[in-house]
Amino acid sequence: MSAAAEPSHALPPPRPLGYRLADFASRSWQAILLAVPYLWLLVFFLAPFLIVVKISLALSEIALPPYTSLWQWTEDGALSIQLYFQNYAYLIDDTLYLSGYLNALKIAAISTALCLIVGYPIAYGIARSAPTTRNILLLLVILPFWTSFLLRIYAWMGILNKQGLINNVLVFFGVIDQPIEMMNTDFAVYLGIVYSYLPFMVLPLYVTLEKMDPSLWEAAMDLGSRRWQVFVDVTLPLSVPGIVAGGLLVFIPATGEYVIPALLGNPSSPMIGRVLFDEFYSNRDWPVASAVAVVLLILLVVPILMFQHYQMRQAEEGK
Amino acid sequence: MTAAPAPQPGFPDYADKPWLDPKARPFVEVERVVKKFGDFIAVNEVSLKIYRQELFCLLGGSGCGKTTLLRMLAGFENPTSGRILIDGQDMTATPPYERPVNMMFQSYALFPHMSVAQNVGYGLKHEKMSKGERTDRVHEMLALVKLESFARRKPHQLSGGQRQRVALARSLAKNPKLLLLDEPLGALDKKLREQTQFELMNIQAKVGVTFVVVTHDQEEAMALSTRIAVMDRGSVMQVGTPTDVYEFPNCRFTADFVGSINLFEGIVTTIAGSVVTVKADGVEGELEVDHPTPVTVGTPVAVAVRPEKITISRETPTDPDHNCAEGQVLDLGYFGDRSLFRVRLASGRIVLVSHQNVRRARDEERKVDWDDKVWLSWSPRAALVLTE
Repeated sequence: MSAAAEPSHALPPPRPLGYRLADFASRSWQAILLAVPYLWLLVFFLAPFLIVVKISLALSEIALPPYTSLWQWTEDGALSIQLYFQNYAYLIDDTLYLSGYLNALKIAAISTALCLIVGYPIAYGIARSAPTTRNILLLLVILPFWTSFLLRIYAWMGILNKQGLINNVLVFFGVIDQPIEMMNTDFAVYLGIVYSYLPFMVLPLYVTLEKMDPSLWEAAMDLGSRRWQVFVDVTLPLSVPGIVAGGLLVFIPATGEYVIPALLGNPSSPMIGRVLFDEFYSNRDWPVASAVAVVLLILLVVPILMFQHYQMRQAEEGK
Repeated sequence: MTAAPAPQPGFPDYADKPWLDPKARPFVEVERVVKKFGDFIAVNEVSLKIYRQELFCLLGGSGCGKTTLLRMLAGFENPTSGRILIDGQDMTATPPYERPVNMMFQSYALFPHMSVAQNVGYGLKHEKMSKGERTDRVHEMLALVKLESFARRKPHQLSGGQRQRVALARSLAKNPKLLLLDEPLGALDKKLREQTQFELMNIQAKVGVTFVVVTHDQEEAMALSTRIAVMDRGSVMQVGTPTDVYEFPNCRFTADFVGSINLFEGIVTTIAGSVVTVKADGVEGELEVDHPTPVTVGTPVAVAVRPEKITISRETPTDPDHNCAEGQVLDLGYFGDRSLFRVRLASGRIVLVSHQNVRRARDEERKVDWDDKVWLSWSPRAALVLTE
């Protein structure tokens, strides 16, 4: 009786059970799909990082593990926690670390600029090529990834050596009398980094250049601009998102780079990656090494946050 | 502005129709222009004469070569052969940035990183102008398209119609001798398109620049232009005023492309003065056409009749043997202002008839209805003979 008298604003009849189950399933699938990568990051990134932070606040000692424990139970059952910040103070005291950081930032910055100068024409050329050749050219850009990174750096040692390919050819043709010292110089490091990270610059640049409307170039030319003016006024400003993305993709890993400076670089002016490695394995001072790692991470997080902020602003403007 | 000189007595007044004046100098001359892309001939031996202050339309379906021709006028493509003269100067090989020509792009091609004012002023930075003059010119252009209050907006903050007007202002800012418009109204919805059409004509009259418009929309071409060039597969089929092209098409393609038309294929039987009699396939009686077309007896021709020039009635006409056909209403489309009938003749041929709904009528008062037996008739002066 009461059900029949319900006015029109009554709730709609419940949807069939099958639909509701499917709804629930699709929603929980979403949750699972999101949870897996975040769990992965939690277990393999955040937890190890917290352990590193913890070690950086301990003192070095000859024991196993080689650092003091942060907390201890006193005899009367109370918990005592001891944090040591001198590892961080030590990083400032000894110029080795500061110069290591500055050296790394300098080399990463210059390498990023070189990657941009070399990568921009490549990306531009690919973006303006015929669609059929485009895929082949893109494949060629990522082709080096098919060989081991370490192997490719070793190959450069063979090329840059005093008895290496370049020196042999130059001496043979009489361009130089004496082999040039190229190994263990900053030049070799720049070469190695630009060579290794160039695809990370080319690909995001290609993406922004490829989606640019060619009629924008024609419009600029139609309004009286020559080719180089069109580039400066239109192409370059519109490819800033690609430049920022590519720049960060090169700059961030280049700053912490260890393999390239270790194999090709000058040992007397090490980058921070080399300092970190030596602190862990040669010095076996885990707390100081951890402090070096934490500071490096903070240095790199700043540009990442800047990048994210920039991306968000772009996304808002693009609407 | 000076007043136009009064026409001298005894001389025809060509002020509105310079293409009829044998002494007028064309402003844009396209001479036997050919453009090939590999083996594909996009534009085939096109010659056109466009006069000062004309609003000239290139009309055709997709792939007819109209856009390629426009791009050659702009300088984005070079002709394979032939010449292009603008204001008497050979511009065939001149790059786009040195031509006194500007273009309004179909996609508008507004620079997304610049404000409306910067977009409009972009072309002016290459002119010898002081900063103040440049700002004044930008304001003048924005006032012309009624967008003064939007100067600081970015293109993505504008509606489609506003973007279209920015594009127009930008292409007019440099005061070009010739303005090229690629489907200028194509991206707008129907109501806005009609409104913008008239605005575009007013602006053209105000600035006095010669316009060349590319469009696939025949209504747009008819409403806008002084003259239309109808193009098909790289060639110009006919050049004429909207009335010429609609009322006196010179070939089957133009007749069929511009508006809708009934084409009766047949053979010329007799010629008496300007009246040509044709025996057409699928029509009982003979078709008489009163329009001087140079034909001879026995030539295969098409008799073309526009749907709105046919009278539809249930009564038998007085002379059912000439310009008449009997049939049955197959379909009836009611559009409010007019009704469109599809009538099937005894031979199976379908004829389109359009009837202007001059009087208000209820559904039950309809004079001609589905399945009615009807007579179609038209005057000899309403039809045309097409040979091409």
